[in-house]
Amino acid sequence: MTTLTGRLRIGGQTIPRKYVPVLVTAGLFVAMFAAGSVRYEAFGTGQVILNVFVDNAFLLVVAVGMTFVILTGGIDLSVGSVVALSTMLAAVLLRDGWPVVAVIGLVLVVGAVLGLGMGAIVHYFEIQPFIVTLAGMFLARGLCYTIATDSIPITDPSFTAFAQATIPLGGELWITPSVVAGLVVVVVAAYVLHYTRLGRNVYAIGGSEQSALLMGLPVARTKIAVYTISGFCSALGGLLLSFYMLSGYGLHAVGMELDAIAAVVIGGTLLTGGSGYLLGTVLGVLVLGLIQTIISFEGTLSSWWTKIFIGALLFVFILLQRLISARRTGARST
Amino acid sequence: MTEPVPILQMRGIDKQFPGVKALDGVDFRLFPGEVHALMGENGAGKSTLIKVLTGVYDIDAGAIELEGRPVAFSGPLAAQQAGISTVYQEVNLCANLSVAENIFIGREPRRFGRLQWRVMRREAERILASLDLDLDVSASLSAYSLAVQQMVAIARAVQVDAKVLILDEPTSSLDAGEVERLFGVMRRLKEQGIAILFVSHFLDQIYEISDRMTVLRNGTLVGEYLTRDLPQVELVGKMIGRELAALESLEDRRAAAEQADAAAPLVEADGLGRPGAIEPFSLTVREGEVLGLAGLLGSGRTEVARLLFGADHAGSGTLRVGGVPVRLRTPRAAVRHKLAYCSEDRRAEGIIPELTVRENLILALQAARGWTRPIARRKQDELVERYIKALDIRPADPDRPIANLSGGNQQKVLLARWLILQPRLLILDEPTRGIDVGAKAEIQRLVVELSDGGTAVLFISAELEEVLRLSHKIAVLRDRRMVAELDNDEQLTTDALTETIASGGRS
Repeated sequence: MTTLTGRLRIGGQTIPRKYVPVLVTAGLFVAMFAAGSVRYEAFGTGQVILNVFVDNAFLLVVAVGMTFVILTGGIDLSVGSVVALSTMLAAVLLRDGWPVVAVIGLVLVVGAVLGLGMGAIVHYFEIQPFIVTLAGMFLARGLCYTIATDSIPITDPSFTAFAQATIPLGGELWITPSVVAGLVVVVVAAYVLHYTRLGRNVYAIGGSEQSALLMGLPVARTKIAVYTISGFCSALGGLLLSFYMLSGYGLHAVGMELDAIAAVVIGGTLLTGGSGYLLGTVLGVLVLGLIQTIISFEGTLSSWWTKIFIGALLFVFILLQRLISARRTGARST
Repeated sequence: MTEPVPILQMRGIDKQFPGVKALDGVDFRLFPGEVHALMGENGAGKSTLIKVLTGVYDIDAGAIELEGRPVAFSGPLAAQQAGISTVYQEVNLCANLSVAENIFIGREPRRFGRLQWRVMRREAERILASLDLDLDVSASLSAYSLAVQQMVAIARAVQVDAKVLILDEPTSSLDAGEVERLFGVMRRLKEQGIAILFVSHFLDQIYEISDRMTVLRNGTLVGEYLTRDLPQVELVGKMIGRELAALESLEDRRAAAEQADAAAPLVEADGLGRPGAIEPFSLTVREGEVLGLAGLLGSGRTEVARLLFGADHAGSGTLRVGGVPVRLRTPRAAVRHKLAYCSEDRRAEGIIPELTVRENLILALQAARGWTRPIARRKQDELVERYIKALDIRPADPDRPIANLSGGNQQKVLLARWLILQPRLLILDEPTRGIDVGAKAEIQRLVVELSDGGTAVLFISAELEEVLRLSHKIAVLRDRRMVAELDNDEQLTTDALTETIASGGRS
């Protein structure tokens, strides 16, 4: 088990070591923003940051679900496919003339049920989450193509109106309703993680599932709940993506599970579970989004450079986590 | 003194496992405000009795009464709700959570579903204070030592209004100071009227803390005694059912100390060290010599062993084996030089639980030969049979998975694994921890025999008496530094040794 402990002295202040990864990510974000502002005109505005939210609201929501799963020490590879399936479902049902509210409700239920099913298999059959959600990934992606092999445009008037709506914040700044939805999810999730038994049980299971069981915690219910939450968040992310894209397509969100995992890890959550904060995940998503923004400002770089930067960052952060936790293992006495 | 009413009473408990009668008509009672030690060798039925009590197993016959009412628990959780909490040898808490959470998780104070962190922290502080513990309750549990974690586990156990607290070998991985702290907590709980069932292999600890003891042997009740009425020697006699001749015959070992000095040096370490693990030390082990390593937990005993065996890389210094300088990069290299190392963590670094006794036994020999030269089955049978007999490994069934053997017998298989290689130096790291008196005596006798046969032994143990009894010379470690090397002559006593450890050799 890996845990981050002890305190680190910085200046005169001591900060608990468990906050270090989040602080590093925050520092990185600030540094990147500052560097961008120096290098490019028109970069150093609030709207650039808001645009990162606007362009990544769906990823943020998906990453929140992923955070729950990773905190228990699990992984959910199905999220990208569930996002695609959700866009597909929404598009095809709207084309068939379903009311918007019913579509949204059904999509969310389908996502949650898929997550519930995977969680139940993970727990009751004691199969690695990696394999179960890999199967879920293929299943959901395949289901997209049974609906349609082509992209389906969304033309429902209330849907498109909502998708194009903006919320002015005064002083030229604006966000979209999707951003509000994403932030609401973040706040609710942070509350659940910190102030409810479910949330603390998530951390406990990530710390030691065996101990959690012996302490009489509802391990089965909690594990299934996190996959259900992840499925629900993926479906919600899918809805946000269909606002963003105004289409449903089986090739939407290919590889998004990896972006979500990357955001969670860059946000300082340990892949082994039990340690991490939702704020870190938000920062992780922002860092990923900011990399894309910088590359588009640069103009001459291919968008593949985004992947290269994310890859490099991931290496750095995994090494950082290793260093912080290795110091503890190294100090262990016999 | 009038006897109070027992809070817990077990009468005529029978428990049958396939092929074994684990408990046969055992009576047990527990009074409020007492520490009651449950004594017996491994396999005597202690664990079974605890598991029967906490509902892990059903009973075949007999009755359990808690506060005069008959009870039968469906599992540890039900037992806990009725007021019987158990703290195991391994700390079953989540080290990534805070101290307060570990005490409360699953029963956190809430208001409208929202956790009340402030109330939780305050209550945690209050509970810990009642146990004389002053911890930062919002720090994560992993910031504290195993001993403190154990006490937090106890705090969690008593937080549920426990009437009976079962402590199953809580001290086996604690050092002396930590044990004292634990005992302080136990005394506090005693004053609060909690009945404590205590299991430990350390007799001194039993005598220090317990008021009463129940002795089991082979699943039957030997008797219940007040601790002050039963001298240690009699207790051991009752536990193993025979006199302690085996142990006593080893007592006079020291006379032989001088002659070993003449033997040729086998392993010579000069300024060997590893930054962060152990400061440079020099050490000579001669042929046929037993060198004891004494020191507290974490003083660097295991680090010395690992350096000598090449399991860790030395940062400085030289090592000579048989007068020839060597560099041991891996344990394999050490094995080629006929060194052998029985690690302290039997379960994690020793046995391969899924494999049989035979497979575990020949593992090192096979590894030394290389996988291209398998050992013929007939040769295997012969070797395995010889060592099972020589070390009296029970049950003497080579095809039984080693996980099914008792701790003492597992340890013997591990010893045999290395003895097959006929090592010149055998490093034994805590070979007798957590095993019963009988097996302990056998392992000690084996060390003596090996040494008489010319094998050098590096003997590491937390039990000073044991080190004194077996060693020709004793190296003392403290705070990852070798502070003294003493000849084990008549003047050396456990007190003197303790003094050396405490003072760090400055005198």
